[in-house]
Amino acid sequence: MRNQSRITFYLLLTPLVLWLGLLIIIPHIDMLLISLRERISFGVYETSLSQYEKALTEPLYLRTFWRTAVMSVLATVITLLIAFPVAYYIAKMAKGRLQQVLFLLCLIPFYVSELVRTFGWMILLRETGLISSLLQWVGLADQPVELLYTDATMMVGLVYTSMLFMVVPLVTTLESLDDSVIEAGYDLGGSGFSVLREIIIPHAMPGIVSGCIVVFMLSLGNYLTPTMLGGKDSLWFTEMIYNQFIVRSNWELGAAFGFMLLVLSSVIVWGMLRLTGRTLKETMG
Amino acid sequence: MTPDLECVDLVKRFDDTAAVNNVSFSVPPGSFFSILGPSGCGKTTIMRMIAGFLDPTSGDIRIKGGSVLDTPPNKRPVNMVFQHLALFPMMTIAENIGYGLRRRGMAKGEIGRKVDEALDRIGLPGIGARKVDELSGGQKQRVAIARCMVLEPDVLLLDEPLGALDLKLREHMKVELKALQAAFDTTFVYITHDQSEALVMSDQIAVMNAGQFEQVGTGQDLYYRPDTPFVAGFIGESNRWKGRIERAEGGNLQLRTDSGLAIRATGMGLSEGARAEIFVRPESIRLAASADALAEFDNQLTGTVTSLLFNGAASRVLVRDTAGETLEVTLPQSGEFASLKRGDAIHIGWGAGQASCFEAS
Repeated sequence: MRNQSRITFYLLLTPLVLWLGLLIIIPHIDMLLISLRERISFGVYETSLSQYEKALTEPLYLRTFWRTAVMSVLATVITLLIAFPVAYYIAKMAKGRLQQVLFLLCLIPFYVSELVRTFGWMILLRETGLISSLLQWVGLADQPVELLYTDATMMVGLVYTSMLFMVVPLVTTLESLDDSVIEAGYDLGGSGFSVLREIIIPHAMPGIVSGCIVVFMLSLGNYLTPTMLGGKDSLWFTEMIYNQFIVRSNWELGAAFGFMLLVLSSVIVWGMLRLTGRTLKETMG
Repeated sequence: MTPDLECVDLVKRFDDTAAVNNVSFSVPPGSFFSILGPSGCGKTTIMRMIAGFLDPTSGDIRIKGGSVLDTPPNKRPVNMVFQHLALFPMMTIAENIGYGLRRRGMAKGEIGRKVDEALDRIGLPGIGARKVDELSGGQKQRVAIARCMVLEPDVLLLDEPLGALDLKLREHMKVELKALQAAFDTTFVYITHDQSEALVMSDQIAVMNAGQFEQVGTGQDLYYRPDTPFVAGFIGESNRWKGRIERAEGGNLQLRTDSGLAIRATGMGLSEGARAEIFVRPESIRLAASADALAEFDNQLTGTVTSLLFNGAASRVLVRDTAGETLEVTLPQSGEFASLKRGDAIHIGWGAGQASCFEAS
């Protein structure tokens, strides 16, 4: 009996171990090793920190690194600000069927691939696109307007892509808040704002934090949206990793970039948890 | 004296159904007023209208003489203890109690003093720093009341706050709530479906059914002098029959039930030949070993014991009379009938005054 349950335990554990080991741990160890070597000549490598040195001294790399971080944080904040009212409406104000329909509406855009969705934005926003034509027709513009390839457009794309991952955890935590607790807040003299600040937001905090972590990581690691909507001036750090690995076959520098991104996201997530006074355990469990 | 709370012709319609239909009542200052009714009778709707979470379709709500219809819930001098208490789980006990005071912009030091005072009052000093989920059910109950009472509302609304407690604690909290009401000297409006809660605690009880008040009165009024068949059936337990009135002389009636039982009863406004409903409480029927002991009663029956329902002080005997009618009779715990068992012959009797009679609908 005891033996049997032990076998079951190991059998259930195997996929997880394989997953973590083959897809996460081993590639990362290899990446770390690659990033720590320098090519002296054909087939000859030496261990050195020169890749990191290059990454941290070249202004283009460094600027893109920080820009990616700041823009990802900004995208997360904007997503939160837009998603919170949406989630509150779905969880607390919509009833019955309407609630299900609204939730489904949030989900529907994710039935198509990210590529198609991004093309959707391009169709709307390009020079000969819908919005440009509309502006001309109304008379607000006298020539075609190019709305693509700016930071703002890229931000729209990032927020749009991450919306669902913020709405879902928020709806879940807000739904678990008893309506009578909100009513009690009003009943005892609270205004709409103070009820939001003292009761609803503290209750929704686990959802806010986990939603923010997911959205932040998705934005930071996003490749398609910045590339397609952001244009030449809006370089994203993932593009640079791609360039090093694929275009320039400089795996050493690419691996170093990859590691920098990993450290960056870990530090920011840790900072986010510290700032909100939560532990990872509370947020995930 | 101006009543603390007054509802005038209150109506609330949801689509086509009237949840509350033309209800008027007033609650004098410092009293304990209960609204008692089965679930779905509209009592929660009344309470939510008084608190301000629902707008009445028509009618007026006045607190200390002034209409509050245009006052939003957070400005009304009314506070509510919710069914599941709705304590704020993200705050400590002291923060919970101080919440309303903070909202009023009271100085920190004074809030602390008031919170301590409230905690003393409810007999839980020194628990201010604890979390909500560290308290027991009864303690949470008291904190929920303290949270409202620090705001010194004109009226405190309580929405079945004892519903979630276990039986023993509920019995204890009934006494405690009554004592708290006396200590705070505030008007309590209490809604419940549990008649014993209403009867024990209230100065005045309104029995509600299908959106309307059936009767408003003291517990004794409702129990001894019910106005309607619904009240007679809802408050306490009853043996009930339907029958026809054979003779009526003033308030004294002679009836025959559909099953053929002849009963003397009292009831006003009923005439010969009318259909009627008759209610006799199990506890107003006397058991006796011989017919002589029942000479004083207007109704006397002979029967056999068909079943003994033991339930401590509320034990009952089921007696089937010679006509085949089964009656529930309270079993006195004086020891006299300790040896009673199934199949025993027994005599039962009750006075005409103990049988309430209403025109059948």
